[in-house]
Amino acid sequence: MAPTMRPVDVTAPREAAPQTRETVFEIKDLKASYGSNVAVRGVDLEIYRNLVTAVIGPSGCGKSTFIRCLNRMNDEVPGFRQEGKILYHGVDLYGDGVAQVEVRRRIGMVFQRPNPFPKTIYDNVAWAPRILGLRKNLDERVEKALRGAALWDEVKDRLKKSALALSGGQQQRLCIARAIAIEPEVLLLDEPASALDPIATASIEELMHDLKTDYTLVIVTHNMQQAARVADRTAFFSLEVDESGQGAGVLVEYDDTGKLFTAPSDKRTEDYVTGRFG
Amino acid sequence: MATVEQALKIDLRGDARLRRRKLVNRLAEAIAILSAAAAVALLVWVVWAVAERGASLISWSFLTGDLPIPFSTEVGGIGPLIVGSAVLVGIATLIALPVGVLIALFLEEFAGNWLRVPIQLAIDLMVGLPSVIIAVFIFGTLVYGHAENGLAGSFGLAIVMLPLITRATQEVLRLVPREQREGALALGASRWRTVVGIILPASLGGILTGTVLAVARAVGETAPLLFATGIFGRTMQLNPNQAVPNMPVQIFNWSESPDPLDHKRAWATALVLMTLVLVMSLVARIALNWSRRNTTR
Repeated sequence: MAPTMRPVDVTAPREAAPQTRETVFEIKDLKASYGSNVAVRGVDLEIYRNLVTAVIGPSGCGKSTFIRCLNRMNDEVPGFRQEGKILYHGVDLYGDGVAQVEVRRRIGMVFQRPNPFPKTIYDNVAWAPRILGLRKNLDERVEKALRGAALWDEVKDRLKKSALALSGGQQQRLCIARAIAIEPEVLLLDEPASALDPIATASIEELMHDLKTDYTLVIVTHNMQQAARVADRTAFFSLEVDESGQGAGVLVEYDDTGKLFTAPSDKRTEDYVTGRFG
Repeated sequence: MATVEQALKIDLRGDARLRRRKLVNRLAEAIAILSAAAAVALLVWVVWAVAERGASLISWSFLTGDLPIPFSTEVGGIGPLIVGSAVLVGIATLIALPVGVLIALFLEEFAGNWLRVPIQLAIDLMVGLPSVIIAVFIFGTLVYGHAENGLAGSFGLAIVMLPLITRATQEVLRLVPREQREGALALGASRWRTVVGIILPASLGGILTGTVLAVARAVGETAPLLFATGIFGRTMQLNPNQAVPNMPVQIFNWSESPDPLDHKRAWATALVLMTLVLVMSLVARIALNWSRRNTTR
């Protein structure tokens, strides 16, 4: 079980031609709500393999809710409900018999605030492989993950020291290492740099360029420049008030990043990316 | 020096009403400080009273020797009481710690609302349960019809400790940031794995602290022991199937005696018990501060 799905073609160009794109997520008419509050509705979207897809939009437009639907993290929130379909390689993520644990193992997540475990650096990375039964060559796996997160050189001499002693940027890269140690296919990043200083942010962005040869990345950011720098595709979400006066996040526009920022087809997108609102 | 004109423009000294408010404020502050001082003074007084009357008997032979023969003029010792109390509380801890921690884990990590509310209520009510009620319960179920035995006493102490450990554990579990749980779950860990692998280790310091505080509370608990293991011999008794000598009951027995030497023994034993409890509580609090710094960053 759990075959590691590595891409064959690692030379995908930055702006891949549509016909070579392989769909990882196909989202159809997604509606997500907490209790009676609708967070997002009517989202139709396809996310492609080995690209960085950014989700941007003003606060409260449901960006985080959306991305947390993709690995079923919202299941932990009391009162959460989703309608519509999220197909992952054609399989309904919320279908009968789908195990959250298996979903999250393939679709990793990095959060807004770095959240290393109060353990050693080594154990932070090794914890998930251990519990998932990937104990063989654990040292190599840890090293590979830390190298993959561009952290190895900084921590190789203090793997047995507490992860909490690392700087914020290092902690966040450790969280990325922790996530890729179990070789997921997708990495979801929920505003991964918003709690970091500019230098740490730059290193995370650089890392994302490297990571997309091996992983499909989805990043939520409220920083438009960041989206423009790292993303191949960008989805713009906004808040829309319906007839009953209830606000909910909707997908306004989804396109190649260059197009979305320079020649948006929707007025609302244009207003947002030119800084006229949000 | 302010000129008259300036004083007319702005007067920052305040009017009579402000001065009254100031006075009330000072008064309230003073009452609060006095109350706090009274609490401290009371503790100092208790410690002093016990130490003054009990210190004269304290010696190595008193701490380690067997209990005196009744009506003897030899001072004797309280070794069996200290060891016995440790045995009784030790067994009680072995019962209450795992159960208490599991209840806390269930309440904080797994229970739905409809189960959590009644169980939480039961735990909260248990904290306030008079220990004499626990004593009577133990006597009626585990002692009456059998002989006095240490296990029954330990069970009574475990009932005293259980809600304390549960509540202390709940508090530290709540201190573990939500991000830690999410981080573990996002790696494909199951709920149970997350709890055992991440949340519990992060809370260990706090759980141990809560346990030490519960031990400190139980070691001085008298009623359950009076009913379950109140009549014991003069020597060391490690078998919990027999009545086990212990400090609280012996303090009670000696203080009821007409012999003034027994009163002195009671004070001295009380001093030993009090010192143990105070030291344990202090150590627990220091450890808690330390572990909080470690888990919450």
